[in-house]
Amino acid sequence: MLTSGVILLSGGLLSPNPGLIFWTAVTFVLVLLILKKLAWGPIISALEERENGIQSAIDRAHNAKDEAESILRKNREMLAKADAEAERIIREGKDFGEKLRAEMSEKAQAEAKKIITSAKEEIEQEKRRALDVLRNEVADLAVMGAEKIIKTSLDADMQKRIVDSMIQDLSSKRN
Amino acid sequence: MKPVNVKEVKAFLKVLALSVPLLMNAGTTAFAATGHAGEAEMHGTPAVIEEAAVAHGEGDAHGAEGEHSDKPGDVIMHHILDSNVYAFEPFGEVHLPKIVVGGYDISITKHVVIMWIAAAIVLLVFASVGGTYRKMTAKNAPKGLANAMEALVDFIRLDVAKSNIGPGFEKFLPYLLTVFFFILLCNLLGLVPYGATPTGNINVTLTLAVFTFFITQTASLKAHGLKGYLAHLTAGTHWSLWIIMIPIEIIGLFTKPFALTVRLFANMTAGHIVILSLIFISFILKSYVVAVAVSVPFSIFIYLLEIFVSFLQAFIFTMLSALFIGLATVHDGHDEHEAGVAHH
Repeated sequence: MLTSGVILLSGGLLSPNPGLIFWTAVTFVLVLLILKKLAWGPIISALEERENGIQSAIDRAHNAKDEAESILRKNREMLAKADAEAERIIREGKDFGEKLRAEMSEKAQAEAKKIITSAKEEIEQEKRRALDVLRNEVADLAVMGAEKIIKTSLDADMQKRIVDSMIQDLSSKRN
Repeated sequence: MKPVNVKEVKAFLKVLALSVPLLMNAGTTAFAATGHAGEAEMHGTPAVIEEAAVAHGEGDAHGAEGEHSDKPGDVIMHHILDSNVYAFEPFGEVHLPKIVVGGYDISITKHVVIMWIAAAIVLLVFASVGGTYRKMTAKNAPKGLANAMEALVDFIRLDVAKSNIGPGFEKFLPYLLTVFFFILLCNLLGLVPYGATPTGNINVTLTLAVFTFFITQTASLKAHGLKGYLAHLTAGTHWSLWIIMIPIEIIGLFTKPFALTVRLFANMTAGHIVILSLIFISFILKSYVVAVAVSVPFSIFIYLLEIFVSFLQAFIFTMLSALFIGLATVHDGHDEHEAGVAHH
């Protein structure tokens, strides 16, 4: 192993070789130029394009999310507003209905009362008229009875029969 | 009845597994001792061991340059160093063309060939991946090879380039990506049979580090202007200290690429030397037991470690290049960052 170490230093390991330097330079520059045109351009532009695409997709997704959130918020607001509106309308309707009902019943009561009073008045009138008619009739009957009594003699039995028959007449007439 | 039988068979196999290598080992030692008896007289006993080891090693690890290696060290060096011959032992060898232009030797060597293979693989893979991306819209998901490469590319893009350079990192991205995949492939090709590691050659790593150096300095000049660049060299100290600060800062400029050069080169070379040395231990000690118990398991372990190191070193080279570019373009927090880099 020591011998190889000695040869390492004395041998051509570090000796310059202009030919190799020349060919390395030529080869490398050619490879660089060809690859720059053939490979690195398309690959790097594709990578950049993809990176930009991904970035823009992320941005778009974020924007879409924000937009969706704002729409959702707006929808919620609208829904809440609609709910409130509906509640208000229902409440108003209920109030109105209640009021209407109260009014109606009041009116109906008043009407009924009026009808009852008018009916009572009519009944009273009717009763009064009937009484008048009855009174006139009774007066007429009394007068007729008295006439008969006077026409016949003043016989007690007769009189009694007369009154009885008159009462019987009266009662049959009344029926 | 049956379990006892199985146990007995197992025990027998264990004894056999231990004794057979020992028996064979004894035979070879005897053979080696008789075969080199004459030489042993001349060189003394330690030489016997070494010669015998080489006699075994020559069969599969010997160099193809015609000259015969005498020591394990030579064989190891042959594997690590560059050469003009591409050997496919035991099938033969290919002599690579020798080109000399204007007195400079720019012949195609083994490492150049491997580098071209690496470049070809990188080009093929990324041409197909790039084609996939060209056809794809942002809505398609990548799959297969494109998906696998995208993970690496995105890692370099975000975790290496963006986090170290900051805004304006896109300009340097092609360089960083290319350097990462090029170094990675060069590292990995050293681990396949008949492969070699161009990044284990200091000339290659030096060239790559010089690229980083130039890019860093250009970026710094562009970011601060000439005045700012020169002001950077004084590190914002009083003018009386400039005589000390300016040389230090200039040395600092060059230590960065130097560190990149040596780090990659040493890491890639060291792994190969360790693997080959572990294999040679069994030849030097002429023992099957050592081969089975030490050389093979340990070299497999180092080999697996090398796969990890290949990725790690490619990543570190890219990471530090990005860091140096980031330091050169951003003025704030200069010293703190540099202190952190020194620990890498």
